[in-house]
Amino acid sequence: MLHLGDLRKDAPAAPARSGEPRARAVRDWPARFTELAAAARDRRLHRFYAAGTVAGETPLKNVQMVALDVETTGLDPVRDEIVSIGVVPMDLTCIRSSASRYWVVRPRAELHPESVTIHAITHAQIASAPDLGAIVDELLPALAGRVVVVHCGDIERSFLAAALKARIGEGIEFPVIDTMELEARLHRAPATGAWLANLRARLFGRKHDQVSIRLADSRERYRLPRYRAHHALTDALATAELLQAQVAQRFAPDTPLRALWQ
Amino acid sequence: MQIEQLEILDFLRAHPPFDELPDEVLQRVAAAIDVRYYKAGEAIVEFGQVAESWHVVRSGAVEVFRRNGTLYNRLTAGGYFGEFGLLRNGRVRFPVTALEDTLLYLIPRELFAELFDQHERFADLVEVEDRTRLRQVVSKREESNDLLSATIDTLVGRSAVTLSSTASAREVAQRMSEEGVSSLLILEHNPEVPDLPQLAGIVTDRDLRTRLVAPGLPYDTPVTEIMSAGVVSVNHNQLVFEAMLAMLRHNVHHLPVLRNQRPLGVIALSDIIRYESRSSLFLVGSIFRQHSVDELAALVPEVRACFARMVAEDASANMIGSAMAAIGRSFKQRLLELAEAELGAPPVPYCFLALGSMARQEQMIVTDQDNALVLDDRFDPVQHDAYFRALAAFVSDGLARCGYSYCSGGVMASNERWRQPLKVWERTFTDWIERPTPESLLNAGIFFDLDGVWGRLEWATRLRELIARKAKGNSRFLACMARNALQRTPPLGFFKDFVVESDGRHSRVINIKRRGTAPLADLTRVHALAIGSMALNSFERLKDVIDAAILPLGRGQDLYDALEFIAMVRARHQAESLAAGEEPDNSIDPEKLSEFERKSLRDAFLILGNAQKFLKYRYQPGRAN
Repeated sequence: MLHLGDLRKDAPAAPARSGEPRARAVRDWPARFTELAAAARDRRLHRFYAAGTVAGETPLKNVQMVALDVETTGLDPVRDEIVSIGVVPMDLTCIRSSASRYWVVRPRAELHPESVTIHAITHAQIASAPDLGAIVDELLPALAGRVVVVHCGDIERSFLAAALKARIGEGIEFPVIDTMELEARLHRAPATGAWLANLRARLFGRKHDQVSIRLADSRERYRLPRYRAHHALTDALATAELLQAQVAQRFAPDTPLRALWQ
Repeated sequence: MQIEQLEILDFLRAHPPFDELPDEVLQRVAAAIDVRYYKAGEAIVEFGQVAESWHVVRSGAVEVFRRNGTLYNRLTAGGYFGEFGLLRNGRVRFPVTALEDTLLYLIPRELFAELFDQHERFADLVEVEDRTRLRQVVSKREESNDLLSATIDTLVGRSAVTLSSTASAREVAQRMSEEGVSSLLILEHNPEVPDLPQLAGIVTDRDLRTRLVAPGLPYDTPVTEIMSAGVVSVNHNQLVFEAMLAMLRHNVHHLPVLRNQRPLGVIALSDIIRYESRSSLFLVGSIFRQHSVDELAALVPEVRACFARMVAEDASANMIGSAMAAIGRSFKQRLLELAEAELGAPPVPYCFLALGSMARQEQMIVTDQDNALVLDDRFDPVQHDAYFRALAAFVSDGLARCGYSYCSGGVMASNERWRQPLKVWERTFTDWIERPTPESLLNAGIFFDLDGVWGRLEWATRLRELIARKAKGNSRFLACMARNALQRTPPLGFFKDFVVESDGRHSRVINIKRRGTAPLADLTRVHALAIGSMALNSFERLKDVIDAAILPLGRGQDLYDALEFIAMVRARHQAESLAAGEEPDNSIDPEKLSEFERKSLRDAFLILGNAQKFLKYRYQPGRAN
């Protein structure tokens, strides 16, 4: 995941939280997938939806998941684009790193020098990479039938949707388990608290008492090793490990999926 | 398959045994690994379940148990487990539980089998039998040390120059001049075996000067009157190190080398010095040139420097122990010479005994003096004891000043109890062996390591023969000795910066002598006594024990390696203390051990622990040995 500058770091909560209380308003995803499958015009997208998704009642131990991370040229899904994608299939008992996939893709947008310094993917690498449109055939089957696990969910969803829209004329939606949101539940106060925290931040400049819910800091709380950030496959693996730790510490194998996903 | 799992790849590159694998293989391994997180307290694998993968601890800590539930090991990042089951019957042998929140890497069994089969160094490190690993550590060190790998014949430059024992001093001198040698061997013809002349003695330049010219003897004096008889010799196929020891022990500078009992040549001090720069041999020579206790005490820094140098030059613990014992022995001998010079000749003959580690030739820099006096049977306490009390006090105080602290258990010749006529000693040993109790033998262990240092050395030999004869096969005695040998046990291993005890408790430091070398020496002594071995040195004893085949195959070598490794860690620790200007001791802080030392020490502790179990089982009272 690309964390660019102060925008993300200082955000008091997941950007997606603005639409409160979306996190608790879980929709009926299997039914939604059936609808989407019927509506999809692209063959590959149709197959992705037709693979379905498990019901919210399903215990976590029976859920097949896939950790996903993308690196991008910037933060704006409209202007910026994906440069690399990492996916790692997993469930509660095994992170199948051995079956992971990784793609570098050529963005149509320009590669900002500052984002190059972050994810270390250079112009030369990108020049020889395929367009994202050419790997949809591999990417969608890697996600199909699995619940996607991300750290900061809306980045992946919005960038993927925008990328597909630009290439096949249709976006994409899917449920995610967001490990950052799971951390926010512990370390971010409800709305009033956030208001107070924001007020304090404005008054004192810095949020001394704010616990960071960034990927590396969250992992540290579960005593997971420190990894280098901003490599899509490493971040996907890091996210997968974080979810296993969160479930082991705070949930149970029998916890229904509904308690986690959005 | 992906080659982009950078975090996994970096971790593998930094940790043994993976760092032994070529990079392209490592990339495949990194790409084949799966990952799993376990919460503290969670069971990871259970006894008897199918072993599907080999586990590597990425972060956190796990506990490995024996089947009976006792702790077998604790592992942190870089530790691995599960190889036993994978290599044997495919079932989990040691159950494992997460001690902390733990992230594990799982390597599929097929890949593990492939790595094990195709990469020798990797397999060596992972090898299930901890003992094999230690053997390699020890043998690698031995090979890299010339003193330990070269045999004496490589030093023999020219064939021996010899003359018959009927020659005159002048003929000897002429022959030495013709041949340009500084020593010459004298052979004696035995009419019964005409083909095989016996080595009768050696003559050196110095002998001609001090024994012929100085006293003004005629040139036709028979050589037998000026030669040194009873020559110490070595065999051509012994190690250079053994030649060095022979020179140290007997303070001689020329050694005849024999092959099939025939003189092959002579090696001199200078031949050995090439192997050991600024040798401990010089130190022994200088001990005998000091004229007072003060002067001897002034040599202490040199003793320490000599010790540190041997450690730095990668001498083995066996070599260091032997050399330090030879130095200690020389101090005792010189102190006794000085004592006799001050007190006059002894009223009755005596033999001064070294006991314990000095007798076993396993001394380090921190060592007690353990000694005793064997007196002539005509000894009369009223008439003679004042002399021997003064003699013992002189030596004991002198040794204390030379860095050999007083024995806290009072086992010193200055203690009246350990100053006895030969017949009393014989009775004491007979009592200990024939009417043993664990209590009477509790502190008697070191008396069974006895070596004559000065005086009637044959009395020491006589006592050792008596011990060997009476102890052999004496099951009650051996059972008592075995019981006492089990009083000190090794720890289980290390965890982070702590020592882990068998019951799981942690300690800050380990006394490497009390928990390692001492119990190993105790255990070895019991086996040596059981087979009637006359050897004193634990390594020599183990060789006898191996030849007697009383241990399961390979276990004698394991003990040899364990002793060598633990003693080496002890030596290195003491050398480091010296270098840091600290007073050396036996107390080791695990923080200062490398990962490799910890692993090898744990292997050695396991060997010791298992050998103690075997000892208990083998020497039960009433069991025929």
